[in-house]
Amino acid sequence: MSTEAVVVEKIEEKKSEPLFSKKNKKLISNPLDMDNPITVQILGVCSALAVTTQMKPAFVMSLGLTIVTASSNVVISAMRDTIPSRIRIIVQLAIVSLWVILVDQLLKAYVYDVSKQLSVFVGLIITNCIVMGRLEAYAMGNKPWPSFLDGIGNGLGYGLILMTLAFFRELLGGGSLFGFKVFEAMGIHYTGNGLMLLPAGACILLGIIIWIQRTLNGHRESH
Amino acid sequence: MRQSNAYIVLYAAAITVVCGGLLAFASISLKDKQDANIALEQKKNILGSVLTLEEGADVVDIYGKQVKSFVIDYNGNIKEGLKPEDVVVAAEYKKKPEERLLPVYEFRNQTNPDKVEYAVMPVYGYGLWNNIWGFVAVKSDFNTIQGVKFQHAGETPGLGARIESEEVQERFKGKTIFENGKLTPVAIQKGEGHDYSNDPHKVDGMSGATLTGKGVNNMLKDYLASYENYLKKHSGSNQ
Repeated sequence: MSTEAVVVEKIEEKKSEPLFSKKNKKLISNPLDMDNPITVQILGVCSALAVTTQMKPAFVMSLGLTIVTASSNVVISAMRDTIPSRIRIIVQLAIVSLWVILVDQLLKAYVYDVSKQLSVFVGLIITNCIVMGRLEAYAMGNKPWPSFLDGIGNGLGYGLILMTLAFFRELLGGGSLFGFKVFEAMGIHYTGNGLMLLPAGACILLGIIIWIQRTLNGHRESH
Repeated sequence: MRQSNAYIVLYAAAITVVCGGLLAFASISLKDKQDANIALEQKKNILGSVLTLEEGADVVDIYGKQVKSFVIDYNGNIKEGLKPEDVVVAAEYKKKPEERLLPVYEFRNQTNPDKVEYAVMPVYGYGLWNNIWGFVAVKSDFNTIQGVKFQHAGETPGLGARIESEEVQERFKGKTIFENGKLTPVAIQKGEGHDYSNDPHKVDGMSGATLTGKGVNNMLKDYLASYENYLKKHSGSNQ
């Protein structure tokens, strides 16, 4: 009787944790709004200001960061029981660097133009607090699959803000979207707003985005 | 066990070996593709300095048909047996001007391949923070600048990095490098928004990037002096 009960319990346990359970879905949806890495945790702001003058590099940067965060999360999560806690940061750094350099090499081989445009910023994913933050806060204590989703979610949350910023900066600063001259196509003469192309303009825009987001979702800093 | 020193050292060593191995493998397997990209970029830049490349233009085809390249020495004589692709401009830059190997890319006429339409010369120098390099193309009079292409490794974005933009490079068009048979380098001026269209040796500057501009000026002065003999040889014969 007792063994039967255990088996039933195990099956139930497996059933209660499908690949996209409510809890796992939250891992992806939370970082988009309530727990956004840029606007709520205020991480990765540096690159958010630097690579968002145009949509294309912003998109590739988001993609790169998503891939790096997700893959590093999976690897670290799979290794988490073997990592000596005294050197865990170094190990995390090594894994992150590994993925970043791989992404950089792939960009250089397959999308050389974009790689030139992103220049040092791909390398700087290594120092992006989001990646290390997720490894330390999530992957070190969770299984690979949820860690993978967590990485994807945070990458998307980062990407969402980057794309929003880039949308306004490229549109208002250069009058184009993904290099397509929007205003010219509509027959309107538009003189670009230089401020939007500078990091300062991005900072102001980001502030406005944070303001709007917090008004909508009612987020308050807790101390 | 996980906290013992031996475990930690072995663990760190293992991580290093595995990561290093993976990176070496990736680097070797992607090298051909990356080199091809760099070579294509070079051809694009050479062609881009003499004509406006359309989106999707067959760079390799145009280059193969119309560009004849060779290496010359300081006296303007062709060095046989050397290919421009094998000359590393960054390494030549460090040598004395008289000892430099100088690649030249001549853009020939489509129907008459003996007629030089433009000559493209690589240039190399130092900006404000790091190396800058590019190509200068002169017309068949070997005097008037047809176009320039500049690139940089670490100039300030929005300021010195503007040397990479079309807008700044356009300003060099039509300037001349000789004055009464004497080499007179084209120079970027301090300040922006001035009209130098009547002065064949002055180029409107970049606001906030005077030092990068100076770097460009030094680079042009240095390299055009290296090419002086070659340029003079041809400017006489073509006129």
